[in-house]
Amino acid sequence: MQTLTPILPTVTAAFLASFVEVVEAFTIVLAVGVTRSWRPALTGAALALALLAALVLAFGPLLALVPITTLQFIVGVLLVLFGMRWLRKAILRSVGVIALHDEEAAFSKETAALSQQANDRRADYLAGLASFKAVLLEGVEVVFIVIAVGAAHGQTLYASLGALAAFVLVMLIGLAVHRPLARVPENALKFVVGLMLTSFGIFWTGEGIGADWPGADLALLAIFSIVTLASFGMVRWLRGTYPVSAGGFAR
Amino acid sequence: MSIIRLVAREFFGMFVDDGNLALLALVLVAAVAAAVKLLAMPPLLGGVLLLVGCLAILLQSVRRAARAVKR
Repeated sequence: MQTLTPILPTVTAAFLASFVEVVEAFTIVLAVGVTRSWRPALTGAALALALLAALVLAFGPLLALVPITTLQFIVGVLLVLFGMRWLRKAILRSVGVIALHDEEAAFSKETAALSQQANDRRADYLAGLASFKAVLLEGVEVVFIVIAVGAAHGQTLYASLGALAAFVLVMLIGLAVHRPLARVPENALKFVVGLMLTSFGIFWTGEGIGADWPGADLALLAIFSIVTLASFGMVRWLRGTYPVSAGGFAR
Repeated sequence: MSIIRLVAREFFGMFVDDGNLALLALVLVAAVAAAVKLLAMPPLLGGVLLLVGCLAILLQSVRRAARAVKR
């Protein structure tokens, strides 16, 4: 029987990362549904989900053929790259060096683009394509996250459940409010996900090169704590050393 | 075909935002792996170096970005 130690971070990382991605896809699908109609919005989203499912079914079983240490190493390295990218952006957003992601702005931009295409005879097709692309591109990230945080320890099922829970939650909130989920603390979520994925990446890359971490899976929590402390230290240091003026490029 | 290119570009972009950060991280991983496999460095020390190295690379990347904006 598996302990909760590796399962909890796996489910949490998959849930939080997927939540952020689903919110972004939801904004575009909502814009298409509200501006054009729900038929192309939902058709595009459904086709993208079907393509993602096909990709997972086609390539998922291949993972079983890769030896576990090789898989841990490859997934670990990819997670280090992916996690550090999120963490870097979250740190820079926290200190105002790059602008926060704004769902209302993304919604307005997509709505304006769709309105311009309203008289085009291919308007439905273009609207469906926008929905398809949004779900496919955000979905690719969700699929990677689920496979990456799940596969190296045989916990793809738990990671999938985390992602599914995020999808259901965003849909429920979206149906209730019927507008972009702009109040989601997206940068805080991305910060946490960046911390978790970077920690997973270092842990698995270490295991991949043969490191026998002290405390086994508990070492993941220690790595997470160190990465967290260091990242908050960076935020604090950057705020003091490079204060960004209000009204400039950053916000 | 453009869909495949789109997905491929998105997949690549998932890992590479600041090219310098990605390159340094890959060099770090390669160096640590080589040291463990070829120079018989203890794997746990390799793991610790990986942790410290990743944090140093991250610090360098965010510092560079912050400095560029301040200029």
